[in-house]
Amino acid sequence: MTKKDALFQYCLRLGDDAVVLGHRLAELCSRGPFLEEDLALTNIALDLTGQAQLFFLYAAELDNKGQSADDLVYRRPERQFYNHLLCEQPNTDFGYTIVRQFLFSAYHCFLLEDLCTSQDEHLADISKKALKESRYHLSHATDWMVRLGQGTKESKQRAQQALDALWMYTGELFEMDDIDLQLLEANVAADLHTIRNMWQQEIAQTLKRAGLQQPEDNFMQTGSRKGVHTEHLGHLLAEMQSLVRAYPEAAW
Amino acid sequence: MPVDLFTEKIDQNKSIEPRDPMPDDYRYHLIRQISQHAHSEVIGMQPEGNWITRAPSLRSKMILLAKIQDEGGHGLYLYSAAETLGISREEMIEQLQTGKARYSNIFNYPALTWADIGAIGWLVDGAAIVNQVMLQRTSYGPYARAMVRICKEESFHQRQGYEIMAKMAAGTPEQHEMAQDALNRWWAPALMMFGPPDAESLHSKKAFQWKIKRESNDALRQKFIDKTVQQTEVIGLKIPDPGLRFNEETGHYETSPLNWDEFYRVINGNGPCNRQRIEHHKKVHAEGQWVREAAAAYAEKLRTGVLEQ
Ligand SMILES: [Fe+2]
Ligand SMILES: [Fe+2]
Ligand SMILES: [Fe+2]
Repeated sequence: MTKKDALFQYCLRLGDDAVVLGHRLAELCSRGPFLEEDLALTNIALDLTGQAQLFFLYAAELDNKGQSADDLVYRRPERQFYNHLLCEQPNTDFGYTIVRQFLFSAYHCFLLEDLCTSQDEHLADISKKALKESRYHLSHATDWMVRLGQGTKESKQRAQQALDALWMYTGELFEMDDIDLQLLEANVAADLHTIRNMWQQEIAQTLKRAGLQQPEDNFMQTGSRKGVHTEHLGHLLAEMQSLVRAYPEAAW
Repeated sequence: MPVDLFTEKIDQNKSIEPRDPMPDDYRYHLIRQISQHAHSEVIGMQPEGNWITRAPSLRSKMILLAKIQDEGGHGLYLYSAAETLGISREEMIEQLQTGKARYSNIFNYPALTWADIGAIGWLVDGAAIVNQVMLQRTSYGPYARAMVRICKEESFHQRQGYEIMAKMAAGTPEQHEMAQDALNRWWAPALMMFGPPDAESLHSKKAFQWKIKRESNDALRQKFIDKTVQQTEVIGLKIPDPGLRFNEETGHYETSPLNWDEFYRVINGNGPCNRQRIEHHKKVHAEGQWVREAAAAYAEKLRTGVLEQ
């Protein structure tokens, strides 16, 4: 694979994480537990959608098939989406929303931090911008982890349940395939093994503060690198792509 | 109570502040109006939220997300302004959910196609601006100041909505049809946002005396009509009113009488979405109960030193 093709694929992954998780959070508009939190969650949705746009604009530039950033989002089939399975998991309750955000944002911050020094300048620039936002997302989610863990019996139990359910989607965050290795060699991509260590420390620290139990690393789900997803993604995309697919000739 | 001080301030066009003396009626009138306005911002998040997950481009999704966030923010400012009059947000939410407080009738109509997102921004936010420009000079200080911030953002929303309509009107035949259909459905409800004709308006008289309201329903409606008819022509859509005509003498557009029976039917609970909007609000509020309790319990533990930091 040429370096350009690998980078294109790498940008798709980064963009897909942001666009899919952003979409999940956007679903929560008018559904927050109180108005301020409703706005905080849709604000994260907005940030992530903006980050996605930057990654897709770059991907579209690297791609020579004349696809726009929007084409990549709205006309790509499910089996060619490469977001992590964690990002597509549904908003089961506020506990799941927060735990999902916490697990992802911790990973995202370390990843973006690393990519700020990527040899690929464009990727580094996007990462710098995104990192500022993602740090805020992490601190927001961390605060809630502690609040839920130390709040009431019910909130603790719900947070723990979400953590137990979502944990199996965290192994995948650190998988590296040929694309990662090729780009890592060129000092373009991040080394996920290093990031994993930092992530584990970050998670352990917060869970301790929150009084929550870190689940065991048993079976870990996998598949997104090959575009194999949970059943949830298809529904998300069906909704997100519905207008563009119903009126393929139209511009909006 | 030294109401004379109040009258003096009103006469001199000075703003009334939370600690100033004010007649009970004035206070209640404002609580009713400001909380209704706050609830409208919040309930209005639902019809637009209905399209966030189907916005057809990243740009349009971001614009819509930001707009709805603005509306929620308007709700927050307005709840705070109402709180200065001695009512809590919890009480206001309770009044909304029990039907004691209202929200703008316009949000009892459904957002059915993407063009509705254009129509809502263009017409609903557009009508709101006409109303709210006047409210920037309303006599109650906290309300007037909230309106200054809000008005700026509403004009953005209006332009963004108009842009969606313009694009669709100039798009494929199907898009054009969707745009016209949305205009057909939202036109009359938007005109009714200004409230019943002056002759029938219940709350207007005192609101004028107190300088809460500064222009009549019909005058504001006329302003909106004149402005909107022209905008409609520019993008090649048609106002859905065969009786529409320009009166050379007055320099204003004249429209057919509105169906106020429908207005009263909808406002009294029998519109397409009344039940849905309130049920949604109640359901979400109930689901959020444990989260609010957790936040309160945690804050209490910090306060009493059970937890550190
Ligand atoms: Fe608003
Ligand atoms: Fe408004
Ligand atoms: Fe608005």
